[in-house]
Amino acid sequence: MINAVGRDIPEEILEITGKEPFQGNYYRDDKPVTMAGPTIRPVLNNRKSKLVANIREALEKCDAHDGMTVSFHHHFRDGDLIVNMVMEEIHKMGLKDIRICATSLGKAHSTLVPMIEDGTITNIESSGVRGGIGEAISQGKLKGLAIMRSHGGRVRSVATGESHIDIAFIGAPTSDDYGNLRGIGGKADCGVLSYAIVDGNHADHCVAITDCLVPYPNFPAHISQTKVDYVCVVDEIGIPSKIATGAAKPTTDQRKLLMAQYCTNVVVNTPWFRDGFSYQTGVGGASIASTQYLAEIMRERNIHMGFGVGGLTKAMCQLLDDGMANVMLDVQDFDLDAVHNLKNVNHHRIPASVYANPLNKGAVVNKLDYVVLASLEVDVHFNCNVVVGSDGMITGAQGGHPDTAQGAKCAIVICPLLQGRIPAICTDVTTVTTPGESIDVVVTDYGVAVNPARQDILEALREADCVPLKTIEELRDIAYSIVGEPQRVEFEDRVVGIIEARDGTIIDVVRQIKEIDTPAVYKKKNKRRANG
Amino acid sequence: MEIKNAAVAGTLESSDCMVTVEPAAGGIELELESAVMRQYGDRIREVAMETLDRLDVRNARVSIVDKGALDCTIKARVECAVMRAAEHEGRIGWGGVIR
Repeated sequence: MINAVGRDIPEEILEITGKEPFQGNYYRDDKPVTMAGPTIRPVLNNRKSKLVANIREALEKCDAHDGMTVSFHHHFRDGDLIVNMVMEEIHKMGLKDIRICATSLGKAHSTLVPMIEDGTITNIESSGVRGGIGEAISQGKLKGLAIMRSHGGRVRSVATGESHIDIAFIGAPTSDDYGNLRGIGGKADCGVLSYAIVDGNHADHCVAITDCLVPYPNFPAHISQTKVDYVCVVDEIGIPSKIATGAAKPTTDQRKLLMAQYCTNVVVNTPWFRDGFSYQTGVGGASIASTQYLAEIMRERNIHMGFGVGGLTKAMCQLLDDGMANVMLDVQDFDLDAVHNLKNVNHHRIPASVYANPLNKGAVVNKLDYVVLASLEVDVHFNCNVVVGSDGMITGAQGGHPDTAQGAKCAIVICPLLQGRIPAICTDVTTVTTPGESIDVVVTDYGVAVNPARQDILEALREADCVPLKTIEELRDIAYSIVGEPQRVEFEDRVVGIIEARDGTIIDVVRQIKEIDTPAVYKKKNKRRANG
Repeated sequence: MEIKNAAVAGTLESSDCMVTVEPAAGGIELELESAVMRQYGDRIREVAMETLDRLDVRNARVSIVDKGALDCTIKARVECAVMRAAEHEGRIGWGGVIR
């Protein structure tokens, strides 16, 4: 069935998953929905200790079994040790058909590939996957379907019971012996536990894993003792240098600086840039440079940011410290500056549901004026792809991309026209992960395109004459004139993954990659031509 | 043009390619490894074969390790490797087969 972004979702997939094809951003608006609760084992016995000796004991006490769903959060990013330590134990127990429901999986988790190959792990739900797991899924090694969800989409899925978690494993920088968890105060601080809060609320069993046991009560708790069954103390939960990868060095790449300038020009010349505006941006060089350019103009014009939100960086927290922003709302910290900045009383932790869940009574993203995003590919329909590489291999994550793009009044995507030889602006993205209806402005190093649906933005930018305006087709044509039109990447028929829209409908599917079967060696017989 | 010895041109930097040309008998043997094989593999082969044809190379073993080079780069690297392999350096026919 062809969905609202023109993608063919096989009937078979709709049948197996019981999901509907994507029908536009507002399809589930105002429609009643029922939330699911967990089945828990209450603790009335005041002599019960929640401490367990090791992961194995926790697994046994939580009735670990074949076919169960275990969940993880990704606040430790590339420094995460939790997923591997738990999965290794599950592997040793010989359990099979495990479904992993993670907020995201990254390069730190490539060690899971053999467990995918031997049937220990047969289903993966995640924001995305990078490295070895992405390749394994693309090559068809995962027995079941991989499901990619946005951060908001995952909360929706867990809260409605679509993803039922048997055991949640929550890595906690500090915990007391009764399971009050905090993102700070330990050896491997990640600042917040925002993505794991829904796991605490909806999983049947919840195991806290910490390397820093502190005296009771560890308050104010980011996840409460009332949600936690067991506490397991281990040597190390994360590698600090890989958790906070450090504030990105100010970029000197002229191409990125140019795009940053265009992006700032778009922001300051559109109607939402006024005192009290709201803003979210990312960690890329261009995004950070753009935030700095923006700060200069905010100072000049005495305009203050009402609130900033998102995965936070030093550049955003600096605005708070300088009094240029009133409030920061934090779901993730990308550098240590952001972690330390949580001491600022106006820097608030928010759960992922508050941030981006499409099926609650209104998430923070709905209140965003601007979001600045990146993308692997953008097509002439303004559809974005942030999960599948142009070569067809799964290599990225949705993160909050679809959530913020839909929520923000003005969603800006910064994307260099070319990534090496690969045209980032193309006729059709490899896989649609964020629908074009959510994307308003595309900033490239060759010019800026505005979604024709947003004549208001186009008018404002035309009037300000602040950026080289192009149509998205013109940008695509420039790209193709330089690198040539790419041949279509070939796939097998088998669907290996589905891309869920925020609301749980299917926006696209990912198919198994075709092994390159053209012989690497190409021979041409020496035939003398008549005129040779 | 006759390939007399093995020669190399280009680098493995991104957006470049490294082309090796060696003497061989019985036609052109082209080996390609590319970072953008799935999207541009056919085009790279086409450009390489056209270039060899234009230089009138009939017998050679050619290996290209491509890091996302544009057509113009691939052409230039193939031309250079062939000129070196044919001991043609210093008497390059600018404006003739080399355009």
